[in-house]
Amino acid sequence: MKTYLKTAAFAALATLGLAHTASALDGEPYIHDPSNIMECDGKYYTFGTGGGGLISDDGWTWRSGAVRPGGGAAPDALKIGDRYLVGYSATGGGLGGGHAGRILTMWNKTLDPNSPDFEYTEPIEVAASLNDEDCDAIDIGLLLDPSGRLWCTYGTYFGFIRVVELDPKTGARLAGNEAVDIAIDCEATTMIYRDGWYYLLATHGTCCSGATSTYNIRVGRSKSPTGPFLDHTGMDMIRGGGKLVVAANNRLIGAGHFGLLDLGGNVQKFSCHYESSLDDPGHFGVLDIRALLWKDGWPVAGDYFMGGTFEIESGRSGYALEMGVDAVPLTQGGRTRQMAAPAGEGGAARPARGAGGAPGGFPAGGAPGAGAPGGAARPAMGAAGAPGAGAPGGMMGMGGGAPGAGAPGGAARPAMGAGGAPGGGMGGFGGMGMGMGGGGRNSAPIPDQTVEDAEPTWPNKTVVTRLGDYMLQAHQKWTIAPVEGAGGYIGSPFFKITIEGTDRALTATEEGTVVVETAFTGDDSQLWRIDQLIDGSWRIMPKAESDSDEPMCLSAVGISTPSLAKYDPDSWNFRWNFKKP
Amino acid sequence: MKKLTTIKMSAVGILIAMSLQASAQNAPVRTSYAPYFTEAKAGAKAPDADGFIQRWLLLEPIKNSLRSNAGFTEEYIRGEVYTDYFPNQFTVVPKNGDKVTVNDVELKWHALDATNFNAKLFRFAGMVEKDVYGVTFWAVTVIDCPEEIKDVRMAVGSNSASMWWVNGEEEVCLFGDRRMVMDDCVSERLTLKKGVNIIRGFVINGPGMSDMCVRFIDDAGNPIKNYTINLGKAGN
Repeated sequence: MKTYLKTAAFAALATLGLAHTASALDGEPYIHDPSNIMECDGKYYTFGTGGGGLISDDGWTWRSGAVRPGGGAAPDALKIGDRYLVGYSATGGGLGGGHAGRILTMWNKTLDPNSPDFEYTEPIEVAASLNDEDCDAIDIGLLLDPSGRLWCTYGTYFGFIRVVELDPKTGARLAGNEAVDIAIDCEATTMIYRDGWYYLLATHGTCCSGATSTYNIRVGRSKSPTGPFLDHTGMDMIRGGGKLVVAANNRLIGAGHFGLLDLGGNVQKFSCHYESSLDDPGHFGVLDIRALLWKDGWPVAGDYFMGGTFEIESGRSGYALEMGVDAVPLTQGGRTRQMAAPAGEGGAARPARGAGGAPGGFPAGGAPGAGAPGGAARPAMGAAGAPGAGAPGGMMGMGGGAPGAGAPGGAARPAMGAGGAPGGGMGGFGGMGMGMGGGGRNSAPIPDQTVEDAEPTWPNKTVVTRLGDYMLQAHQKWTIAPVEGAGGYIGSPFFKITIEGTDRALTATEEGTVVVETAFTGDDSQLWRIDQLIDGSWRIMPKAESDSDEPMCLSAVGISTPSLAKYDPDSWNFRWNFKKP
Repeated sequence: MKKLTTIKMSAVGILIAMSLQASAQNAPVRTSYAPYFTEAKAGAKAPDADGFIQRWLLLEPIKNSLRSNAGFTEEYIRGEVYTDYFPNQFTVVPKNGDKVTVNDVELKWHALDATNFNAKLFRFAGMVEKDVYGVTFWAVTVIDCPEEIKDVRMAVGSNSASMWWVNGEEEVCLFGDRRMVMDDCVSERLTLKKGVNIIRGFVINGPGMSDMCVRFIDDAGNPIKNYTINLGKAGN
């Protein structure tokens, strides 16, 4: 099998490890009060307080360089048609400088400062506050709702959060529009829209105090963009309500300034800044991008995916992704405690469920050396090898690895319903034997299977993948780790996926299948993009598909068969769960 | 058992000066109570539709030197509360216009009706031409119950930390750098006796917009409203 996109091998690939820095992004993602992240000509942009902002080529590694004139505070950005509307506030300086503020908007055809089209229009004032007004006109948030109406929220803890309507063609305030008070005791608001609801995201708590900042993002929702916005308990945000979305976590403190990134296909992310990263505390704000989930009609911060060792469970079938090798019986002090059926090449214990090949089951005879000679135990489920399909001799429980090792003095009962299915066909479900070999039951705990227990039975070549009952087998446990230097995608690095304790790597093939190669080379075919979907499950995509409009992703194309297929966000085939093994 | 609701925030030992913090020099000054308060009239006033107490005796703010609220630990707040500011500070029920002297500064009590569910102390401070940041407030009110009301809870929101007493018993404490959220901290069950009950509060803030809201609720969070607020009933 060929792997595709063979690229130059990474000379010094190393994983970041499981406890890599809490800062979720790479590069220099330092910013305070970030705007919504905008994509423009293949790059990502966000603007911050004081002017300027960050640029990223892939959404993972960030650098300074975005350009926004006007200075001021807490901008926001929104793409309308083929132009970008950028808003910001000219302010007296908050607590120290009074509360007279102005919200301004301006347009640009591009956000690329090197483009000949890069030119901001003259800023337009769309809202303002007087020094002693119950509002502080800073912290703009923009929403273009599905009906095409443009809404602008603004304000801080000083008085009310307000919403006004703008003209999406000009970015100016609609004539005659009156501001509506919608919340108190918060700031950095923005609205998002979903399923008939307007959600008001707001930042509560205290900013600007480094690791003692209590900034946290909360939400209420309304059927109207002018409120009332109630939280999950029914408390109006104009009385301080708000359901928590994200607060301090993962050595990151002070989450503020929510911005939605809807990537389509049931993948949503949000940006925010943290006031302090305990691993990198010398900066006034650090950008973060994280999955956004939806539960019971409410947005919820998704999980940080930092890797680890998992069972990768199919959302479709509940079966585990596994390297297509024979299972090895779990052993107990050298005794086989669990029986087997012939499997693997030429030995299907359970007939493959449409998977082709020979998945599942434990090898009845086991690999040489896998069992304890003389310790035959229970007959295996499905022990009966289907003649012609399986290994011979699955009639009785084996477990003793070596041929002929079958349980002297301790042979098991005949298999329940066993018997080799003559003539082929269903060989499985035969040998449910109960016998204990080697001197009867042993109630000592059975240790976890290690890769050393199983790997000697694995072929030293590329192996297919399949889906099967999760049986705590070594070939079903995957270690997922970010790959340093391999780049990333919006909010995350690329990962490698290897069998725990080995270098055997999950690999996408040119033919659109998924195999396990014997070694991780750093090739693009072995780098994976992993996105959490809005329901909390995960999508797994080869790096090469990362920029595709119709990406091929890991899919349970059959109950027991994984492959790559064109992503369908409505299909369970593409949803995977990472479970503690 | 002492009735006490304690909300502990992270212990923060060090006060950190916020770069964006203000000093009092920028205090907006108003020349009337409107639109946040009106002068309290004689007689009884019902709590509002949601049970919030809107009639208060407010002492002009006592200046403090706080430039951050990051150190509002329980220990710190208790130390501030149990400082001697003025005579009988835990028992007095003042009258409108009464004066006390704190740190050689004469401060006056104002009988006011809040126009909102919350009493905007920041605005009150500005109206009486005092500092609005780095301030400590005392508040007193008198509620009159036609009959004993058992198993109610005092529910408070304040910006920032505060402590609250009913008939001299400490009932609710809000520590940490808090925003005002209705029903933020709630007491254990208590009994409002028939007749006069004295409510007393202490609110402290460094930078930021001081305010507070107080009501009584039942276990289900429903407002208790079968009483009146009547400052003239004190001492009866």
